[in-house]
Amino acid sequence: MNESAKPASLLNGNVPPGPLPEKWTRYRSEMKLVNPANKRKYTVLIVGTGLAGASAAATMAELGYNVHTFCFHDSARRAHSIAAQGGINAAKNYQNDGDSVWRLFVDTLKGGDFRAREANVHRLAEVSVDIIDQCVAQGVPFAREYGGLLANRSFGGALVSRTFYCRGQTGQQLLLGASQALARQIQLGKVKHTARCEMLDLVLVNGKARGIITRDLITGKIEAHVGDAVVLGTGGYSNAFYLSTNAIGCNVTAIHRAYRRGAFFANPCYTQIHPTSIPQSGEHQSKLTLMSESLRNDGRIWVPKKADDKRNSRDIPEADRDYFLERKYPTYGNLAPRDIASRAAKQVCDEGRGVGPGGRGVYLDFSQTRDARGQSYLVEKYGNLFDMYARITGENGYEQPMRIYPAPHYTMGGLWVDYNLMSNVPGLFVIGEANFSDHGANRLGASALMQGLADGYFILPYTIGTYFASVKNEAVRADAPAFREVEAEATARVKKLLSINGKKTAIEYHREVGKILWDKCGMARNRQGLEAAIARIRELRAEFWQNVNVPGTNDNLNVALERAGRVADFMEFGELMALDALKREESCGGHFREEHEDTDEKGNPNGECKRDDENFSHVAAWEFQGDDKTPNRHIEPLEWNDVKPIKRSYK
Amino acid sequence: MNFTLNVWRQNTPKDAGRMETYQAKDVSPDTSFLEMLDMVNEDLIRQSKEPIAFDHDCREGICGSCSMVIDGVPHGPERGATTCQLHMRRYKDGATIAVEPWRAAAFPVIRDLVTDRTSMDRIIAAGGYVSVNTGGTPDGNEILIPKEKQETAMDAAQCIQCGACVAACKNASAMLFVAAKVGHLGQLPQGQAERNQRVLRMVEQHDKEGFGHCTNTYECEAVCPKEISVGFIAQLNRDYFRTALQGESRR
Repeated sequence: MNESAKPASLLNGNVPPGPLPEKWTRYRSEMKLVNPANKRKYTVLIVGTGLAGASAAATMAELGYNVHTFCFHDSARRAHSIAAQGGINAAKNYQNDGDSVWRLFVDTLKGGDFRAREANVHRLAEVSVDIIDQCVAQGVPFAREYGGLLANRSFGGALVSRTFYCRGQTGQQLLLGASQALARQIQLGKVKHTARCEMLDLVLVNGKARGIITRDLITGKIEAHVGDAVVLGTGGYSNAFYLSTNAIGCNVTAIHRAYRRGAFFANPCYTQIHPTSIPQSGEHQSKLTLMSESLRNDGRIWVPKKADDKRNSRDIPEADRDYFLERKYPTYGNLAPRDIASRAAKQVCDEGRGVGPGGRGVYLDFSQTRDARGQSYLVEKYGNLFDMYARITGENGYEQPMRIYPAPHYTMGGLWVDYNLMSNVPGLFVIGEANFSDHGANRLGASALMQGLADGYFILPYTIGTYFASVKNEAVRADAPAFREVEAEATARVKKLLSINGKKTAIEYHREVGKILWDKCGMARNRQGLEAAIARIRELRAEFWQNVNVPGTNDNLNVALERAGRVADFMEFGELMALDALKREESCGGHFREEHEDTDEKGNPNGECKRDDENFSHVAAWEFQGDDKTPNRHIEPLEWNDVKPIKRSYK
Repeated sequence: MNFTLNVWRQNTPKDAGRMETYQAKDVSPDTSFLEMLDMVNEDLIRQSKEPIAFDHDCREGICGSCSMVIDGVPHGPERGATTCQLHMRRYKDGATIAVEPWRAAAFPVIRDLVTDRTSMDRIIAAGGYVSVNTGGTPDGNEILIPKEKQETAMDAAQCIQCGACVAACKNASAMLFVAAKVGHLGQLPQGQAERNQRVLRMVEQHDKEGFGHCTNTYECEAVCPKEISVGFIAQLNRDYFRTALQGESRR
């Protein structure tokens, strides 16, 4: 192992003993329980009410815990889980095509390029089947066959059809199921919900997470909240890139602030670039819009064979088209995993074969399906996606091929958690996209919804009980010194932002830091670029604190202030992303280091990842050491007892 | 493209509020309506003035945050679309555009174009769900649902709770919103057990929040970004009257 990768310490994931398929069942049967009558004595603070947060809150309230939820939206139902289009995986094998818990487990592990924890991923596959049953019982209108049974579709990285869906808005329907369950508990008085409220910091008392500091977005009031455990379900950090498929409000603040308080941040460089986004049209753009990956079931991806072919797509004959995914990956074809499909698209565009304005786009062509099955088939299956495409681009995707390009989408990295979904800070639990646990270096389609709901409905409500049953929390009040101190720091930071009165807006800084990360820490990375990115981000951050302009006051709804606080955190966190990418001297999944590219039989670089299992078969978890100090890199070695990491091939 | 915007500015809920005029210059036709407002806001911030506050998040028409009355029409001229899905190529260069918040007693203005829509959350909390706890549910395929039923439920379930129906209604009624949830769950076998209670409790909460009554003018359907049919209101009325006639008591 080289010098820079030497770990500060080894982390233990607390995986229970026993054969892999029985671990979770055994662990659940043997875990310590909290007396039902005592559950009401525990207060759980849950930040974020997306799939993970809402499902966890509802379930824990049903069990009897006191729950207090927080979200920055006006309503819990608006969390960004709502935007997921494609579907949710479950190993039901309803299609009789050979699916099983084991197969979903292996697919997910392989999709993540063998950089996830075996036991967590197996548990995810196990509970996937319960999620579907739960959601059906709630009235989630999953697509059905004419006979009344549940319908499925295929998704990237799998050879079976195991994805359940609700037209093109599976995320919204699952979130409505969870947030309605939450609404029911709010009505019953078991959950207190605070909306339009942002977490600014985490409070530790005697080394345990005991509360949070929030800012009321309407009144500006900065407040302390005390609990027996803190749960973060605050989503991912793709907005570090400025342009991403995330909602504008998605931010890293909660998990970044927890990191600064001692929670380890795992694999921050693992970000997913989704292959099927609508290409950027200009500088004015505030976000990228995703087209569901499910479109790859019926659309074929191609570019002209020759560079700078300016002909209209319809005038390019078959012989002059390169269906590059089908050519390079005949087995999976257009359904190759996201990281592979994205990199392949970048490669053909780098070769000058990209289409559309700026040459950053590839065609997604439905003409073959339309001719074979009729336009009505496409309308029924993807109608809303075609409408959305037309609205944004002004083009008709039925008549001419759509143009797509990769976009930052999901972040596999997140706060480090053990098998119980608890971080290294006792009492701080992290669920959904905010943790690092299940997707390794790349996430397969339709598994984010699965993980969010698995964590919230079926895992955390159990594991948080083992924590309560094994610790004794001392009584603490919101005016205790530990709270006062953190509250004062958060207040000072807000005041500082309002007092700079510089020349540039927070969005201008966001755009700049985002461009650095996209160019140097995006689909392809190298040592030189990453070192330059770190240096440039530091300069930019220093400039921000001298020159940002945040008008207004702290006693009113102040949208400029909200944005500035989030951008400030992205500028600290972006450096950590680049540092992690720099220290991971291998290519795996979404993390492609140009120095570590695989070669074909003849020894020519072939654009594939060259993983280094000998030195990097581990999770990197970073420990904050102070502003402008290099954080410590801890590692959790990944153990392979049941699956042998193989070279990932989708050919 | 260049535009003149007349925008509602109101500092606090108690402030009287007024229309103010802004210029949006050099706007690309591919810019979305909200991105044009972003440009105006960036200019304001550079002048150390407070930006126009508006609700927005996903910017792809699904979170239901954005909520502007544009030239008198909730979500503006594009049919079946939210404000964030409206693009400037829809307008003529040089146009003057009026931008106002939702206006309804049950949606008080918080600031500028931002309103408080938690009243809709309370309607859902009153009964807009199937009362099942986590775990112990039957296999998903044990409940057979005819495809047409599922499709109809899905038509209703698409509601994004934006409140455009209320903003468009002369009575500020949220009946299309309530009907969408009642219709979604009422179609499905899972929703039958609480069907009667649900409609009574949700309508009762709707009235309590200060929304008006429905007089079937169908403005709601015309502006609904998800094009939810007023047919669901008819279904709600049937459920409501049947339950009321049966003298079902509220739990």
